[in-house]
Amino acid sequence: MSTTVNTTAQAPPGPLREFWLYFRENRGAVAGLIVFVLVCLMALFADMIAPHSPTQQYREAFLQPPFWAEGGSSRFLLGTDAVGRDILSRLIYGSRYSLIIGTIVVSLSLTVGIALGLIAGYVRGSTETLIMRAMDMMLAFPSLLLAVVIVAILGPGLFNAMLAISIVYLPHLVRLTRAAAITELGKDYVTASRVSGAGTLRLMIITVLPNCMAPLIVQSTLSFSSAILDAAALGFLGMGAQPPTPEWGTMLAEAREFVLRAWWVVTFPGLAILVTVLALNLLGDGLRDALDPRLKRQ
Amino acid sequence: MKNQSITLLAAATAMTFAVNAQAKTLVYCSEGSPEGFNPSLYTAGTTFDASSKAVYNRLVEFERGSTTIVPGLAESWSVSDDGLEYTFNLRQGVKFHTTAGFTPSRDFNADDVVFSFKRQGDENHPYHQVSGGSYEYFNGMSMPDLLKDVVKVDDYTVKFMLNRPEAPMIANLGMDFASIMSAEYADKMMEAGTPEKVDLEPVGTGPFQLVAYQKDAVIRYKAHPDYWAGKAAIDDLVFAITIDASVRYQKLKAGECHIMPYPNPADIETMKADADIKMLEQEGLNVGYLAYNTKMAPFDNPAVRKALNMAINKQAIIDGVFQGAGKAAKNPIPPTIWSYNDATVDDPYDPEAAKAMLSEAGVSGLSTKIWAMPVQRPYNPNARRMAELIQADWAAIGVEAEIVSYEWGEYLDRSKAEDRDGAVLLGWTGDNGDPDNFLAVLLGCDGVGGSNRAQWCHQPFEDLIQKAKVTSDVAERTALYEEAQLIFKEQAPWATIAHSVVYMPVRNEVQDYRIDPFGGHIFYGVDLAE
Amino acid sequence: MLRFVLHRLGLVIPTFVGITLLTFAMIRLVPGDPIELLAGERGVSPERHAELRAQYGFDQPLLVQYWDYISGVLTGDLGKSIVTKQPVLDEFFTLFPATLELSTCAIILAVLIGVPVGIIAAVRRGSIFDHVSMGTALTGFSMPIFWWALLLIILFSGILGWTPVSGRISLLYFFEPVTGFMLIDSLLSGQEGAFTSALRHLILPTVVLSTVPLAVIARQTRSAMLEVLGEDYVRTARAKGLPPRRVIGVHALRNALIPVITVIGLQVGVLFSGTVLTESIFSWPGIGKWLLDSIARRDYPSVQGGILLIATTVIVINLLVDLVYGLVNPRIRHHR
Repeated sequence: MSTTVNTTAQAPPGPLREFWLYFRENRGAVAGLIVFVLVCLMALFADMIAPHSPTQQYREAFLQPPFWAEGGSSRFLLGTDAVGRDILSRLIYGSRYSLIIGTIVVSLSLTVGIALGLIAGYVRGSTETLIMRAMDMMLAFPSLLLAVVIVAILGPGLFNAMLAISIVYLPHLVRLTRAAAITELGKDYVTASRVSGAGTLRLMIITVLPNCMAPLIVQSTLSFSSAILDAAALGFLGMGAQPPTPEWGTMLAEAREFVLRAWWVVTFPGLAILVTVLALNLLGDGLRDALDPRLKRQ
Repeated sequence: MKNQSITLLAAATAMTFAVNAQAKTLVYCSEGSPEGFNPSLYTAGTTFDASSKAVYNRLVEFERGSTTIVPGLAESWSVSDDGLEYTFNLRQGVKFHTTAGFTPSRDFNADDVVFSFKRQGDENHPYHQVSGGSYEYFNGMSMPDLLKDVVKVDDYTVKFMLNRPEAPMIANLGMDFASIMSAEYADKMMEAGTPEKVDLEPVGTGPFQLVAYQKDAVIRYKAHPDYWAGKAAIDDLVFAITIDASVRYQKLKAGECHIMPYPNPADIETMKADADIKMLEQEGLNVGYLAYNTKMAPFDNPAVRKALNMAINKQAIIDGVFQGAGKAAKNPIPPTIWSYNDATVDDPYDPEAAKAMLSEAGVSGLSTKIWAMPVQRPYNPNARRMAELIQADWAAIGVEAEIVSYEWGEYLDRSKAEDRDGAVLLGWTGDNGDPDNFLAVLLGCDGVGGSNRAQWCHQPFEDLIQKAKVTSDVAERTALYEEAQLIFKEQAPWATIAHSVVYMPVRNEVQDYRIDPFGGHIFYGVDLAE
Repeated sequence: MLRFVLHRLGLVIPTFVGITLLTFAMIRLVPGDPIELLAGERGVSPERHAELRAQYGFDQPLLVQYWDYISGVLTGDLGKSIVTKQPVLDEFFTLFPATLELSTCAIILAVLIGVPVGIIAAVRRGSIFDHVSMGTALTGFSMPIFWWALLLIILFSGILGWTPVSGRISLLYFFEPVTGFMLIDSLLSGQEGAFTSALRHLILPTVVLSTVPLAVIARQTRSAMLEVLGEDYVRTARAKGLPPRRVIGVHALRNALIPVITVIGLQVGVLFSGTVLTESIFSWPGIGKWLLDSIARRDYPSVQGGILLIATTVIVINLLVDLVYGLVNPRIRHHR
């Protein structure tokens, strides 16, 4: 009986549990996680939380300031925009777009990036050269500029902006996957399973890929937050989501002309972007520290 | 702080222009870079401000701040009875600018006029192909078809021969593309093998001469000392190119510039309250409209169009889109233009009646599209927002509208299609102050499939405007146009939305700045108080 | 070393050819018609439209157009802008110094602050300074810089009136550009106060543009430094009783800076992205704003030439960084 207890106590914790133990030590990361969960809940229950519809125009209340400022009312807590829409409700609904942007960009660029990276790392030769040169070429273009040109080709809009950002993020993921794959491929366990007759696809997806996951997970959280920033920048340049979509960057673009007259229409969407992105980056830092074996042992 | 920065500015002025203690520098925060300095090659108002308005003159000009035509480089003119020959008597003793690259040896004369028009009209002219050789305004005003020849009679007499009578001809010659350049300078540059310099380092007869242009940053002019109408009151004119409207306002407040165009509608109230700033305002020579496709059912029925017009709450648009800086439109021409018919009765805002009219016309469950331009224009500061408001208004009478938009070039192109689906938001700014420039271009039968976005060809209307075009008596033309406006209103090919009000914030020390109804910016005649 | 340089150069040439092809192809794919744009509401007749297309060579087959373009590129001719009708190369080089000046100042600021902050944070790991500086860095890294720029303008130019709102120098100073760098030109002009004015105009855009690189550099320096501090030779040096200042300054710093150089090199691309936003907000007459305008106006030759030149700049800078890296770190050189 007592032996059993002893063994349990001394056995190394399971990988998830171990991860959590390291993760929760990082207070910033936990705070980031909490904020991120709140944003997710806000997006999920937007219909219930939001006091107004995000597109309803209250014609009697154009540009009303927030409730604590002079002329504000508790009806519109954070004030209204130029056509009388409730800013708080728009921000709440806007969280949906930011999460969608992050999710789609990460899944698109991750899928394509990992595939290309694995191919480059596994096939080598001229295929690898071709893929890697193409990625080098893309890296020579400043990412925002490349995204702007791609959106110009596809036409402005939320989905096209997401597509453009996904394309722009490819090179880093491809390079990362390829490097990790090459390292893993040289290891004994891969040779072993190759000798035991594992097929290429099986080798790549089941054996090699899971072992390159740690850096990719970290990169994904980073991509998630930069996708929100870049989509907002495109929105700000009028090339992202189109009004009246309550996307935060687009809201900022629409608000730009009110910089001096109605500070609230400018301040809140920017603040929403900053807080969400900051939370995600804190989360990403925590993930990296918890997943990176070198830092862990210090 | 404000006072301090102004003092700093004053101190610095004294320092930099120490040579001439009295030198007055007027700084204008312009909204963009000019495309170049030859007004006949380009079409943007920003280019005209920097070239034709400052550097050049025309045979006839518009009186500053109005649409009235006054003599310019031509002192007087006469028209033959058949309306086919225009004879201009030119002003004598007019000096061209002396610049770093050119010293004129003679005064302005008929050769310069002939050169300026032949370059644009004659494909074999040695200068025709210089700098790209596309003269869009010259083409746009049908000059190639209209102008048979321009002949020098003697040094100070020029004759324009036309292929057909054209009542707005004199007004056309006051437009920017008709600016007069120096033939002597052109010859010199051709000899030197650098003809394109004519378009880059302009030499004109205008009140200001170009000193330097730093792309996207600043344009500097100095007053033409020998200007024929007397030297400008200011000595130096500076265009500080500042694209963002809020930044322009900041600079105006800080005293970094004296005059700024195109304030944000949102800032106008604050500006009016600012003690350092005078707010000038005038109704613009423009109209913003929503054009139905009158060739497609059910919009081919005037009753349906009228019903939709009645559902639009124009006041909400004026408040929400123009921030009050607009005036609801009832006619297709702005009130500042002659022959504006004030007797026209606008469609009232009445959703209930609109609903009834629709069902009476047998239309129900109508769904359509609203085209919203992707760009900000003088007649429509935010088409997207306007479209959203109209969409909500129409939803209230059971009409479902989807908002569509394309890249600007494509928008202009696609909206011309005769089988276009939906109503298109667009507008127009007048070129020469003639009603023909609105009514014939935008609503004439020739414009169907082109600039007539309503695809509207209505014979009674067409007859009136065609008759007015070849009539030279202004009273008679006025009567014809007034009647045409009534027909327009009754047929309702457009929802006339608004005429924007042009606001021009200037600092208190600026004296006698007048808003140009054509949307230009003119600094001759402006002074700065000490 | 020579072999290493040649190897890197060998990689650059196909990339460059690929980039000409890519820019060319991308521009042709962009829908929209520059001719319609130039004509505006006025419009052009179909005949005139065809004439203009022919004039710009848009009616030629794509292969012919590419051939014209590439032979132009090789002879230094990037075509003429459709809007201004001026050679694209001239336009680029009038505006490029402004972008270069702003980016250089931003990167210098980022390095000058980022590296020391990173070092101190690493050395005093866990201290309040570490927490505050890294928190700030992460906030800077998460900043939507277009919003940040607007906030700074409202505060410093609008409310406090400390800095000018936009532009490169007060309009009162007027001199012909010599180097194109306003700071240098203002000194050369000898006009009193010109330099101060140019400097004051640079402050806000520089701060905005350096925000993200500064944050990245501070974070990277800190983690590189931490890693080096944990290495055996540093511990040995410490154990031997060498003064901490010497351990950090001599042994740790030199090794920690190697990865930081790469990071700085990578920030160049980031900076160009930043200039697109920063320049358009501060009316800074540089390349970023010009390209944005050109895209909006469908000015094909300008977009094509401008992107090509920027990509080339990025490639050249990355090549230089690689070479420097090879110099500093012999392991890389021999490894390849």
